[in-house]
Amino acid sequence: MSIGTVFKRLMAERLAFFSFIFLMVLVIISIIAPFIVPYDPIEQDLMKVMASPSAQHWLGTDELGRDIFSRLLMGTKSAIQAGLFAILIPLCIGVPMGILSGYLGGVVDDIFMRIVDGIIAIPAILLALGITGALGISLWNAMIAIGIVFTPQFARLARGQTLQIRSEPYVEAAKISGAGAGWIMLKHIIPNIAPPIVVQASFNLSFAILVEASLSFLGMGAQSPQISWGNMIQQAYSMINMNAWMIVYPGLAIILTVLAGNFLGDGLRLALDPKYRKT
Amino acid sequence: MSEKEEPLLEVKDLETFIPTSKGEIKPVNGVSFSINKGEIVALVGESGSGKSVSSLSIMGLNASAIQYSKDSSIAFKGKDLLKLKEKEMRKIRGNEVAMIFQDPMFSLNPVHPIGRQIAESIVLHKKVKYKEALVTALDLLNKVGIPDAKRRLNDYPHQLSGGMRQRVMIAMALACDPQLIIADEPTTALDVTIQAQILNLLRKLQQESGIAILLITHDLGVVAETADRVLVMYCGKIVEEGTVEDIFENPLHPYTRGLLASVPALYGPSKEKLDTIPGVVPNPLELPKGCNFVTRCSYATEKCSQNAPTLLEHPAGNMVACWNALEEEGGIGHYETAASSIT
Repeated sequence: MSIGTVFKRLMAERLAFFSFIFLMVLVIISIIAPFIVPYDPIEQDLMKVMASPSAQHWLGTDELGRDIFSRLLMGTKSAIQAGLFAILIPLCIGVPMGILSGYLGGVVDDIFMRIVDGIIAIPAILLALGITGALGISLWNAMIAIGIVFTPQFARLARGQTLQIRSEPYVEAAKISGAGAGWIMLKHIIPNIAPPIVVQASFNLSFAILVEASLSFLGMGAQSPQISWGNMIQQAYSMINMNAWMIVYPGLAIILTVLAGNFLGDGLRLALDPKYRKT
Repeated sequence: MSEKEEPLLEVKDLETFIPTSKGEIKPVNGVSFSINKGEIVALVGESGSGKSVSSLSIMGLNASAIQYSKDSSIAFKGKDLLKLKEKEMRKIRGNEVAMIFQDPMFSLNPVHPIGRQIAESIVLHKKVKYKEALVTALDLLNKVGIPDAKRRLNDYPHQLSGGMRQRVMIAMALACDPQLIIADEPTTALDVTIQAQILNLLRKLQQESGIAILLITHDLGVVAETADRVLVMYCGKIVEEGTVEDIFENPLHPYTRGLLASVPALYGPSKEKLDTIPGVVPNPLELPKGCNFVTRCSYATEKCSQNAPTLLEHPAGNMVACWNALEEEGGIGHYETAASSIT
């Protein structure tokens, strides 16, 4: 199954198609946001505090007169960065750990899996809070924390899949052709365990965005003047009695992004299924 | 095949143990045989007779749970494979000794095109670029008789039929010009017409390139059609060894006779029921004291249950491990086999 066919199947799923487009747009916005924002997102205009949506300020302004639309665009950057970086960590650490555990077994397996068990024993948000607490409060540290929280899931998934693939005759056949452990893991195990890991990654992408927003809301993530949907909600929350609308925009952004990530994950799971049938 | 030439592969006193909680089992118990250059040797036996463990020992791929006795040796071109380090062994695997598996459905990696999989072992062993290896892969596909090989090179395993896949497996085995191919039940998973094609292909390759083949099978039809020499294994021991003609026309061991009798005859009077060997293979933890076959043998005597016979040459030419066959020449009576209809 080539990447081309998977992509074609994915695009045939309507929800996955729209989710994919939506996320791509977000990724582009996250890159070009500083250049397209209509106003400086941290510039205060105290003459126009909590203005209603208008031609000048599409989504109105917040309690300090900052343009909400511009802030939302800049918040995209934090969200997408956090999401991508937070799944990069488990992909680069958790997956290799899982593959080594599954393929080599023995002591390696014992050590890695006990580490993983240890991490899993602590509730996710609590662990993320603890790690950011220890590393210092910043968006980057929050992302590292989220990445570490995700690592066990990926390690276990990769290990389970590897155990299954390891006993396939074609792995034995590769051994018989004289391939060493490294070659087999790289050329035979990884391509075969990739599909479930890709699906897991796309689900975790949206979860990471959610956790980033939560940490920022709790004041453990992005710090002002850095903008995140999470701290936008937190600010809006304190003003909820005066202007309830302010909380809706970042909230909606989070909901849509998380939904898109999940739909994309579902679509990927279908598209990567060898027994795929168009729905 | 001259007798004086040093054999390509010489297995001597191969003895393996697997420690279990209930005691030690010996999947292979003192097996010695040799394969000469360009020879097809068939290793025949029931499930659990030690065929596969023997072949995996040659490849050095037995699970770590399997231990070898001190005297065991597997000499390939004079080198003892059992004493090689994993790194040196890897140079031999796929390069000088290759293997073909039973089930081509699962022996190819579903995510790689077949051309790439054939090229894999070339890239691993010869220091060539992937593109050059692909050219060799194309030649190999032509050699094993895959039509329109150039287009097939980029096909994935699921796009090929079972017979085609087995041809691809053979092409993979041939990739580095090995001197010995171990074919572990290469035709079991294929239907009969394809079986014949694959066996002919193996025969042709052996004649053209002088590759020696160790053919592991339980199918006597396959043996008759392909092999030069036959080894019959029972409970981890070789019970009879001889040329195909000797084994099929004058089997000496009661077990070999039983195997041959259980093949349906094409010609001659039809029997109502097919002959079978009574009983089952004994539990490896509770092997009988004397000959392993004593519990199922209708000729068994007191001596058979006391002492295990060793493999000795019989005047008829076969090597056989059976007291009856060795002591009285033709002692267990003349034997009519269904073999004449197979050969």
